[in-house]
Amino acid sequence: MKNDYIIELRDVTKSFGNVKAVDGISFGVSPGEVVGLIGDNGAGKSTLIKILSGVHQPDSGQIIVRGREVRNWNAARSRDAGIETVYQDRALAPQQTITRNIFMGREIKDRFGIIKVRKQYEEANRLMREIGFTSKVFDPDSPVATLSGGERQGVAIARALYFDADLIVLDEPTTALSLVETAKVFGFIENVRARGRSIIFIGHNIYHVFDVADRFVVLDRGKVVMTEDRVNIPAAEVLIKHMQQIAEMSHADASAVDA
Amino acid sequence: MGLGAKPGGQEQKGREDASALVKWARNNRRALTSTLFLIVMLMGFTMANPEVFSQFKTYRSVMIALPVSMFLVVPLVFVVTAGEIDLSFPSVVGLSSYAFVSIVDQGGEPLLGIVVAIIVGAALGYVNGLLVVRIGLSALVATLGMNFFLRGFINILVEGFSIAIPEIRGAFIHSLMTDDPIKIVDHLGIPNQMLWALAFTALGVFLYNRHSFGVRVHCVGDNPESAAEMGINVDRTRILVFVFTGIGAALAGVFSVMINFVWWPTTGDGLLLPVLAGLFVGGTPTWGGIGTVFGGAIGTSIVAFIETGVIAAGLTGFFTQFFYGLIIILSLIFQRFNGGRVR
Repeated sequence: MKNDYIIELRDVTKSFGNVKAVDGISFGVSPGEVVGLIGDNGAGKSTLIKILSGVHQPDSGQIIVRGREVRNWNAARSRDAGIETVYQDRALAPQQTITRNIFMGREIKDRFGIIKVRKQYEEANRLMREIGFTSKVFDPDSPVATLSGGERQGVAIARALYFDADLIVLDEPTTALSLVETAKVFGFIENVRARGRSIIFIGHNIYHVFDVADRFVVLDRGKVVMTEDRVNIPAAEVLIKHMQQIAEMSHADASAVDA
Repeated sequence: MGLGAKPGGQEQKGREDASALVKWARNNRRALTSTLFLIVMLMGFTMANPEVFSQFKTYRSVMIALPVSMFLVVPLVFVVTAGEIDLSFPSVVGLSSYAFVSIVDQGGEPLLGIVVAIIVGAALGYVNGLLVVRIGLSALVATLGMNFFLRGFINILVEGFSIAIPEIRGAFIHSLMTDDPIKIVDHLGIPNQMLWALAFTALGVFLYNRHSFGVRVHCVGDNPESAAEMGINVDRTRILVFVFTGIGAALAGVFSVMINFVWWPTTGDGLLLPVLAGLFVGGTPTWGGIGTVFGGAIGTSIVAFIETGVIAAGLTGFFTQFFYGLIIILSLIFQRFNGGRVR
């Protein structure tokens, strides 16, 4: 077993009522790799992401960060561990300024909790330029509600950039984006990879995932049903075929249970 | 491009400077609206009765009791911004000031009484927080229930008797905190309690805009799911706004007793609606995520001046409530121009 994982889950489970959303998943991310996490609706992708990002606590299993088991895992600890998550809903507070959103939960402040407003503004300004916000219509003091979907995505990504995360989790990052904006997201992923950081990329569009991932992890009904390196899969179509087989199998299982 | 435009950053910086005032006005438009409203209202009163409203003592008389409302409205802006409401503050004022007055009445140190009152207020706020956040009750209903429950508790405790503490007059802490001006500095005859209330408001403004607590209150009220995803302890933030309100209510109660020299079993009771009206008139919207502490202080001033203005304008006291309603609705209509909720 590799021991250089940034984060590793061992036999993690999470149930909501009677539904086992995550059912004994073991899974780790190595430095510099891009993991494509795929699976149908209800496969457990979102729950797994929220366990990684600390929003959900697992019912059982271990969370190991850089070889050390962590207890009382939560969102603040996850971020302290260098994991930044770009959520599908962007995790934004739309009435607040861009600056406030970038630094939400991790403000630049002194030890009395007083925020360094000037510094935050300047950093936000720099980040906005870095991700290519050139609009004169808004500035770091503008409320997020004035931004388009792609620009909001940019704010969420700016967080990951600023905190220079070791692992960035992108949950459906290309949903509802224009072609140009989608291309920007891929550019961002290449950038992060080039800097030796890791990414978990969750997507419905298997072509998108196939283009960027080094390794694929396929989930089905709360379990990892397939893990394969990109080099072993000749084309996206092969991966899609695998996925279809998995879907048919689970369909057959479900029918068997019904009968 | 204007004349003499310099290339690059220089020119852009000039543009930013020019719009700085506009930007500031845009960011503070709710507080500015209520301030403007207060000024226009006072001008109206002055026109109706120039003699009364050109005298400083008119303003001074309003400033005697106004601070009590200001100690309440400042933390309440945090509560409403966090997406909650607290209707229990009138009884928290009553019970925490009862703690203060009992200690002073039995010959205790007033400062100790203040500390105990603050602890009582904070503890009651904490209970509110637990009911709403941990047990998951509706803040509106739970704190309304607490308001009745605590007032009932006060009534059972004292069986209708009030407590007078005339001996507090002359105590150093009394002259420091309230009406008797210390003649160290000439502060234009402004009652000391007003200066304390202004200091408390300034602290509130700072906490609200520049401290991570206030900023997190904004985020929690705006989108609690996002706040949690970004690692903000949403529950703790929500409980803390209730605790803060408890502390504000305790200070309001202590000042109320200091000003009147008497604690009544009804102390705080009449504050519910005027303070809430002041909060919303000041420009804090009901939906959470945004608000203004300064506006809240202005809003309570608007409410406080209505009664004086109505009487001074030569109308009878019967008109007071009528004008309360009229002015509250008018000012909310003006606030409406600042926009609805954005998502």
